[in-house]
Amino acid sequence: MYPAISFEHVSRHFGTIKAVDKATFSVADGAFFTMLGPSGSGKTTCLRMIAGFDLPTSGIIRVFGEDVTNKPPYERDVNTVFQDYALFPHMTVAQNVEYGLMIRKVPKPERQKRVQEMLNLVHLPDVGGRKPNQLSGGQRQRIALARALINRPKILLLDEPLGALDLKLRQQMQVELKAIQQEVGITFVFVTHDQEEAMALSDQIAVFNQGKIEQIGSPQDLYERPQTAFVANFVGTSNLISGEVAHRLSGESATFSVRPEKMHLLHENMNAPLGHYQLMGVVEDVVYLGIFTRFTIRTSEGLVLQVIDQNREAQDEQKGDTVRVVWTKDAMNKLAE
Amino acid sequence: MKNKNIGLAIAMWAVVAFLHIPFFVVMLYAFTTDSSTFTFPPPGLTLKWFGVAWSRADMWAALSLSVRVATISTVVALVLGTLAAAAVYRSRFFGREAISFLLVLPIALPGIVTGIALRAAMGEAGMTFNFWTIVIGHATFCVVVVYNNVLARFRRSNPSLVEASMDLGADGWQTFRYVVFPNISSALVAGGMLAFALSFDEVIVTTFTAGQQATLPIWIFSQLTKPRDRPVTNVVAFFVVVVTTLPIFWALFQNRKFEEQSSH
Amino acid sequence: MIRRFSTYLYNHPAALLALLLGPPLGWMLAIYLGSLAALLLQSFYYLDGFTGQVVREFSLTTYRDLFSAAHMSIVLKTVIMALTVTLGSVVIAFPLAYYSVRYASKRLKVMLYFAVMLPLWSSYIIRVYAWKLMLAKEGMVSWFFAQFGLSGVLEGLLSLPIVGGSSLSVSNFGLFLVFTYIWLPYMILPIQSSLERIPHSLLDASGDLGARPFQTFRRIILPMALPGVVAGSIFTFSLTLGDYIIPSIIGDSTPFIGMAVYSYQGTAGNLPLAAAFTVLPMVIMVFYLMGARKAGAFDAL
Repeated sequence: MYPAISFEHVSRHFGTIKAVDKATFSVADGAFFTMLGPSGSGKTTCLRMIAGFDLPTSGIIRVFGEDVTNKPPYERDVNTVFQDYALFPHMTVAQNVEYGLMIRKVPKPERQKRVQEMLNLVHLPDVGGRKPNQLSGGQRQRIALARALINRPKILLLDEPLGALDLKLRQQMQVELKAIQQEVGITFVFVTHDQEEAMALSDQIAVFNQGKIEQIGSPQDLYERPQTAFVANFVGTSNLISGEVAHRLSGESATFSVRPEKMHLLHENMNAPLGHYQLMGVVEDVVYLGIFTRFTIRTSEGLVLQVIDQNREAQDEQKGDTVRVVWTKDAMNKLAE
Repeated sequence: MKNKNIGLAIAMWAVVAFLHIPFFVVMLYAFTTDSSTFTFPPPGLTLKWFGVAWSRADMWAALSLSVRVATISTVVALVLGTLAAAAVYRSRFFGREAISFLLVLPIALPGIVTGIALRAAMGEAGMTFNFWTIVIGHATFCVVVVYNNVLARFRRSNPSLVEASMDLGADGWQTFRYVVFPNISSALVAGGMLAFALSFDEVIVTTFTAGQQATLPIWIFSQLTKPRDRPVTNVVAFFVVVVTTLPIFWALFQNRKFEEQSSH
Repeated sequence: MIRRFSTYLYNHPAALLALLLGPPLGWMLAIYLGSLAALLLQSFYYLDGFTGQVVREFSLTTYRDLFSAAHMSIVLKTVIMALTVTLGSVVIAFPLAYYSVRYASKRLKVMLYFAVMLPLWSSYIIRVYAWKLMLAKEGMVSWFFAQFGLSGVLEGLLSLPIVGGSSLSVSNFGLFLVFTYIWLPYMILPIQSSLERIPHSLLDASGDLGARPFQTFRRIILPMALPGVVAGSIFTFSLTLGDYIIPSIIGDSTPFIGMAVYSYQGTAGNLPLAAAFTVLPMVIMVFYLMGARKAGAFDAL
């Protein structure tokens, strides 16, 4: 059984700029795979190379085992949902959706049937006769999806499709996308810079930074066990402990990351429970955020830590107080770099 | 301040009148009964010259030649202009800015330069001056009009559309046919109409590249040495004004619409 | 099959570029630039007075001939006409451009836009013909003058040397009128566009600092409109330099550059001289363009 997609040392250079640098990974069949990273990190370039809009400078791309590296987009069994939807403005919605079938010379009656199926799938059964500029952003996004899915591709690529939608709509679409993916059962490759979105939707996430993949894993893997400082702070936030302090606490010369919500504040006179690390510090800042309170603590070693405590009971630590920061040994995650 | 306005306004309207009175005058003369002079005011009005003009075979020949030349030149200009616009839009290549300059030269340089240059070259090449030499001249300066229109349209279009089309299974040719062409069609129409108008009206280059043939403007030019034929010339002038004014209005109106849309 | 070709082009962008750029570039290079080169070459040949044949040897004979007194007077005449036409256009164009930018309501602006563009795109030869009608001795302009009892003025004008003639339609003054009329839109549009670029606040500031309207006009508006004026003058000057249709219809058949070119390459068979005559306005224009660029005209186009 071949993975749906496999990248083998794929690089894409623009002159001296390495947009993608020897990316190697594979995507399982039927997975919801997300490429996450800030802008310019190479994730969109990788997506475009899967689609065929960009040709790699070196390396091999396989789709279900077949080498497609030099194949043009129209010969790949892959379809794309574009960031700006790219609906053809001079065609109706129905003509847009059936475009792929029309190219493949599917007869008209069957085209019409499948177009209606697709429109039903994306909950827009009556818009077939309209033109794209008569639809709202959310509606256009769904039509773009229908236009891609109607061709029953083996892989669907989505290039930050929810970026232009407002928050409520975006969250609603996230749910719908996930539902559609599970219903249709094909592999989704999703690109986003929004780590929350990535966490909510994905089976596997690849975190990109400056053309390289920092880590691939499930949302839990990435969150609980980040392997680099970048991942530790791109997916959620982390406190980084290194050097002398790390050595003193753990006995190892490495960098560690600890999630803020895994740290707790104790009164300076209370002792840390067994199996916990601890550092003494002074509260520099307290921000009340409804669900939780965020504390900024400056330890006696000069380290600045973020601690988040849920507001189950009232917090009484205040600015200037001396506190004891504690966390379990489990929460201390060693970075691989 | 108000006073200045009124003075200025009068000056302005005078200029507008200056620009437009000739049209009305020339149309008026199509009806004059005077057959040999340009007496103003016309001694009488009649429709009989329309009939006379209608029966002039040489006029029809000139008109038909103008139409044929303009049509073929426009087609050539459409093809070459679109190809050039596509090339400049898509790729960054050495000498890209030079292309626009090169294409505009035939219009920018005085007609006499283009005319005599073509005549000299065609003469050297041993070509006889005929229909095709006229077309070659006209197509050369019409290309830029199409090029500008199509390039502007390309620049306003969404590049993802081509990718989307290919993504959905269409190859280069199909993408052009179903996606690119419909999107530039309005630019092609606009450019084509401008090219047609330019070719139809052209005199200078045409006199150099024509053999014995006469396009309509050349026919009119030659008529000017025939005072007895003036009424016929007047009728033709009348029709030229009437027939060209509406399309010009329409084209300008379209242009205006484009400008307003793209400024939003 | 088409698909294979399409894929080839997709993978080889250079080939696609060649396919797209080849025909238009080839056409322009071969036909247009080639012709220009041939013309320039011709100007270095000369016509043998005895045989009446063109001698294809590099020589400056033709240019020497060009720079003779008789020919130079033609050039001078044309240049002077071009200059006066340019000046006249500026004077006539300015009120309309200024009013349209400063005082016109939106609706009026649109109307004026059409009013200026319509003649621009109308048939050139018809417009010239219309003036021939109007300027005729018995025509509209004379009638107009007569109505106001100004016939004497018209006669006086026509009796002036150089400028006058037997009737307006065969006088230099008439030529001046027609040239100015035909190129007027080319002057109005750039002036309008450079006037539009003057922010209102500048004019307010000038008034605020104590300048009377005329001073504001002289010191602020005029200099800022200058690039537009120069841009427009490129058209009026260049178009007048090279035109031969209008002088042959309206003028008194003393030759201008355009007519000289036409006659030399035609009946006289002296293509080299005609070519040299053509090169001259081109050279003049190159210098003019360089000067215009300095004056900022290209920003106003």
